[in-house]
Amino acid sequence: MSLALYRIDDRLIHGQVVVGWGQPLDVAFIVLVDDEVSSSDWEQDLYRMGVPPQIEVIFASVEQAAAQLSGWEADPRVGILLVGDIDTAVALAARVPQLKRFNVGGVHHRTGRKERLRFVYLTDDEAAKLRQLAARGVDVTAQDVPTARAIPVTEFT
Amino acid sequence: MSELRGVIVSHAAVAQALVAAVTAITGIEGVLTPVSNEGCGTEALGQRLREAVGAGPAVLFVDLPGGSCFTSSARYAKQGGADVAVVTGVNLAMLLDFVFHRDSPPAEAARRAVDAGAKAIRVAAS
Repeated sequence: MSLALYRIDDRLIHGQVVVGWGQPLDVAFIVLVDDEVSSSDWEQDLYRMGVPPQIEVIFASVEQAAAQLSGWEADPRVGILLVGDIDTAVALAARVPQLKRFNVGGVHHRTGRKERLRFVYLTDDEAAKLRQLAARGVDVTAQDVPTARAIPVTEFT
Repeated sequence: MSELRGVIVSHAAVAQALVAAVTAITGIEGVLTPVSNEGCGTEALGQRLREAVGAGPAVLFVDLPGGSCFTSSARYAKQGGADVAVVTGVNLAMLLDFVFHRDSPPAEAARRAVDAGAKAIRVAAS
């Protein structure tokens, strides 16, 4: 599988992704799936600035990602796919049945969310959506950095 | 016009440590405000920036030229409404220069800070 990591992280491209995961995985490309960012050249420039030039950054809407996912999976290089929230992850998984895993890497505090882990805050509705994703056969775990334990969804929702 | 302030935006406790170092060296307090991204998503970090900058003007000194501290700072500079400039690669030398040279607009102060910071990076003679 070419996409080594499917990650939910509300910071999208940042140090943990580029360095923490990118270095040990020897990542050559990052796919950022976000409808808003994919339609904003300015936002794309911002996120590109955090990535070394040897790593390609691909921006896609959910629809574009669903259409192109098999191509990224066939890429001989190693990649990471990022989404910024649980709704985007659910929307992508609904369109791509072969998507079988999601790493919850960072969902931070916001009104209505409760702390589930140090780096994961969820509303009850978001927690339920992650459990539903798991019930559909998607392996959902929480893990901020590669050296940490991958915590099963049942332990934090 | 309000007095120009500096806001240091960093991972973990880098910003707090830099503020403490500037105060220890210069005795100047209340000019620099530390902001950490610890435990923050984009929304929470944006709120911390709004509180730190206030009405401005300000220079945001960010630790890295990419990542959550940078993207939030750049987004705030564009959309926050205050007169704000963003500098990346913050170091102690640029902050020491900045606290003594705050009588210019943010963009000009930012350029000066970058020059001061860059001059401090060198290979020491052996």
